[in-house]
Amino acid sequence: MPTVSVKRELLFQALGRSYTDEEFDELCFEFGLELDEITSEKDIISKEQGDGKAEGASDIIIYKIDVPANRYDLLCLEGLVRGLQVFKERIKAPRYKRIMPANGGVQRLIITEETAQVRPHAVAAVLRNITFSKDRYDSFIDLQEKLHQNICRKRALVAIGTHDLDTISGPFTYTARPPSEIRFKPLNQSKEYTASEIMDLYRTDSQLKHYLHIIENKPLYPVIYDSNGVVLSMPPIINGNHTKISLNTRNVFVECTATDITKAKIVLDILVTMFSEYCEKQFTVEAAEVTYHNGKTCIYPELAYRREKVKPDLINKKIGISETPSSLAKLLTRMCLKSHVTGNGNNIEIEIPPTRADIIHACDIIEDAAIAYGYNNIQMTIPKTYTIANQCSQEDIADKLGVDISSTKAVHIANPKTAEFQVARTSLLPGLLKTIAANRKMPLPLKLFEISDIVVKDSTKDVGARNQRNLCAIYYNKNPGFEVIHGLLDRVMQLLAVPPSKESGYLIKAAEDSAFFPGRCAEIFAKGQSIGKLGVLHPDVITKFELTMPCSALEINIEPFL
Amino acid sequence: MSPAMATDGPALAELLLQRLERAGGGGLGSLEAAAALGLEHQQLVGAVKSLQALGEVIEAEQRSSKRWELTPEGKEIVQEGSHEARVFDSIPAEGLPQSELMKLPSGKVGFSKAMSNKWVRLDKNADGGPRVFRAVESVQDLVQEKLQLVQRGEAESLEEKDRNELKKRKLLMEVNIKTYWIRKGSAFSTTVTKQETDLTPEMLASGSWRDLKFKAYNFEALGIMPESGHLHPLLKVRTQFRQIFLEMGFTEMPTNNFIESSFWNFDALFQPQQHPARDQHDTFFLQDPAEATDFPTDYLKRVKKIHSQGGYGSQGYKYDWKLEEARKNILRTHTTAVSARMLYRLAQQEKFTPAKYFSIDRVFRNETLDATHLAEFHQIEGVVADYGLTLGDLMGTLREFFTKLGISQLRFKPAYNPYTEPSMEVFSYHRGLQKWVEVGNSGIFRPEMLLPMGLPEGVSVIAWGLSLERPTMIKYGINNIRELVGHKVNLQMVYDGPLCRLDA
Repeated sequence: MPTVSVKRELLFQALGRSYTDEEFDELCFEFGLELDEITSEKDIISKEQGDGKAEGASDIIIYKIDVPANRYDLLCLEGLVRGLQVFKERIKAPRYKRIMPANGGVQRLIITEETAQVRPHAVAAVLRNITFSKDRYDSFIDLQEKLHQNICRKRALVAIGTHDLDTISGPFTYTARPPSEIRFKPLNQSKEYTASEIMDLYRTDSQLKHYLHIIENKPLYPVIYDSNGVVLSMPPIINGNHTKISLNTRNVFVECTATDITKAKIVLDILVTMFSEYCEKQFTVEAAEVTYHNGKTCIYPELAYRREKVKPDLINKKIGISETPSSLAKLLTRMCLKSHVTGNGNNIEIEIPPTRADIIHACDIIEDAAIAYGYNNIQMTIPKTYTIANQCSQEDIADKLGVDISSTKAVHIANPKTAEFQVARTSLLPGLLKTIAANRKMPLPLKLFEISDIVVKDSTKDVGARNQRNLCAIYYNKNPGFEVIHGLLDRVMQLLAVPPSKESGYLIKAAEDSAFFPGRCAEIFAKGQSIGKLGVLHPDVITKFELTMPCSALEINIEPFL
Repeated sequence: MSPAMATDGPALAELLLQRLERAGGGGLGSLEAAAALGLEHQQLVGAVKSLQALGEVIEAEQRSSKRWELTPEGKEIVQEGSHEARVFDSIPAEGLPQSELMKLPSGKVGFSKAMSNKWVRLDKNADGGPRVFRAVESVQDLVQEKLQLVQRGEAESLEEKDRNELKKRKLLMEVNIKTYWIRKGSAFSTTVTKQETDLTPEMLASGSWRDLKFKAYNFEALGIMPESGHLHPLLKVRTQFRQIFLEMGFTEMPTNNFIESSFWNFDALFQPQQHPARDQHDTFFLQDPAEATDFPTDYLKRVKKIHSQGGYGSQGYKYDWKLEEARKNILRTHTTAVSARMLYRLAQQEKFTPAKYFSIDRVFRNETLDATHLAEFHQIEGVVADYGLTLGDLMGTLREFFTKLGISQLRFKPAYNPYTEPSMEVFSYHRGLQKWVEVGNSGIFRPEMLLPMGLPEGVSVIAWGLSLERPTMIKYGINNIRELVGHKVNLQMVYDGPLCRLDA
């Protein structure tokens, strides 16, 4: 879940009122946000780097707010405030408009064929006559970072570049070139580097090093030039220093390059809808034209409003409420989904704004109606669903009978967390031995058992593996206690109504197994098949697990008895 | 009465009783009684305790008092005489060379003391070096006499100056001891009746128990623990949860497949292939067997379409859905993968019948390990499928479920899950922490998940989940999950844990 940090003072100023921390927490809860932490820059620094470093840092109160992972429109102060103000009916949701430049000189971005192999898509837009302040500028940068981390999947799917349009001149070319042929001064650097040098430069950069892998092994790197050959950016790594945005920037050229065009459009829509608030013509965005090498031309940002119709009856039924169509329309409007009743009151038309890419089905609309209604105002009911309970069925396990466990093999993990966890366990014994090792201070004897699943390869299953339920028991004392473990086997068999008998019951036969002391190991047969072994553990095994006492153990497959 | 007999337990107790009889109503002190009987104080205390155990024979009030005792060196002097006396005794009439005198055990200390007492004199100019001679005919060893007094328990009769002097010489020390002031009890008698420890078959046969006195039990002591096995707390809590689900009419799902394909774990749940949960950082992928081979073909096509193009009233995610990604085997990240298989199976029935399912089993996440997170934990999940289920039904079901857990104050927060919409996090008010804490996650499965399976349009499926470890840790007051799960489990905790009653 992404977390957005906002200054409390700025937030309250934008909301037009102040709240106590508890009141704001309550508002967040109702809206589906979570006030995760109340802190300050000073607190954060002293927590991360120690008290000494925090001296002089700002102690302005910061709210850290957890935002649902699909609500990209709430990832900055601007969006949060807009969402909450509309929710509280203090403002109406703004209407976002794409406009063509007055003089007809639309900014153009041309995509060349070479990009197809590395990062084939790009979208663009212009924020015209914008007014930044320090806080707005910080929020603008922060939102890009939040989008990069979340919907952009750490820039793999989409990367955003924002540029001072007055420092460059179109048309712009999005192409891909060999790294040695790309040369420019990267953002906040004092000299020019080739693309290969840039990669080396950022190999140790705590932030940028995570993005290098996206293009590193490609023969061509993506790059955007203006008509004079000025580098705007080398996506998804870094912008050029030339087009750097400052507080004085008035016109911003936004480009998003992508491997996923749907996400690129969403990201562009979010960024421009959020910050067009500060444009001279509020909530308007100047269009840009993107031309693919095959001649296909698109105008961005899309800022598309989509209409959906949902029956009021369906909304009421899915939530379990009985609101009138007009009050449902009102609830939805409070969630930035402008709605009105159509027909004879038996339909609601909902307009989904470009900021709400998360609304992809009627169920998303229904959820918003429920949130606006207030989850905790919904009458709780007990479903009339009549069912008869069953414990895990035996027949399901019955078809696992007759599997020869000696043919099993371990299942291997591709990305293990630790050296101890590289295969799914095929035996319960090591776990019990480790448990004893961790509890050596306990009085003897230690008698442990575990009944649990192990995993074995099985090519007859769709995933090529299956679980098997095993019983393992261990006796750890000054004497090996084979008779104790043997007695346990006898008792288990007695409880399972399996008599000791060669024909239809169970028996044990001398066997060899490297885990057991020679001559002190037996294989257990039941119902005509081998189900496991018991015996005195081999001294090498005991010492390897850092144990000092003799030890006997038993491990059997219990599925034949389920 | 010979001293040998006085050390015998019952005889000693009777001696004490006789003394107490003579002492009258005022009673007597244990220290004085011990001295009078010529016993170690500790022996007398033993007698007091054995008399106390008989009931009301005596009353003994514990007191703390100071007492003078001999040091080991003091005891030696009582036996052997003071060092100076010993030096005096060892000097023959013709005197002794000082060098030889100094070799005696008491030589150094004894010589200087004997000199200052003027018992001996030193001739420095004697032939063969300095020689020591007796200076008086005989001496009185006062030090020994004083210490003998102390030994007899009469230290108080010494002058304080003397006591301090002996203390300084480390012959005497002052110790704190617990003493008793003993009085006659309500059942006082000068003879001790032998008490039986317990009933025997013989007593029952002969009827002798009628005339015997029995030793009182000490009800403050603990009993002997019965030998027994112990269930791990997770098993105990799991049993309770199973019980609750079964009471509510839920059928247990077969969850014996830790290895799952990405298809059933993610794709079937309409979780897009670029979703961060499908990242290496969140999920364990398998190297061997790396891929699943077998999928229901038609269903797979419908899943592909809903992701890449939409349908069933959905916009879909509009991306290039890849079979390779769906094939990848993983350690299942949630038991919802099993629910998906069960719902798919339900959808294949000729006629839909309502269903309630539950499961409690292991799931695996590539998490950063800490005191509350492990790479594997147990997920508890409940699912209800029927026509016309509402969000209110989900909340009502959760209320019933949590009420059975002993949690009555619930609150619901809008949330986001990729495969449920609407989604709600369940919070309960924690009286200890005095705040609302999340106790579970829930929602209504998305139509994009259910309709491709073939479930009828009007069927809704409500579901919720929580972990087994969290309530167990709260229930048993465990702060570090490693003490609960895995081989570092604290067996003492397992031994000592009470049974699990979630409603208590």
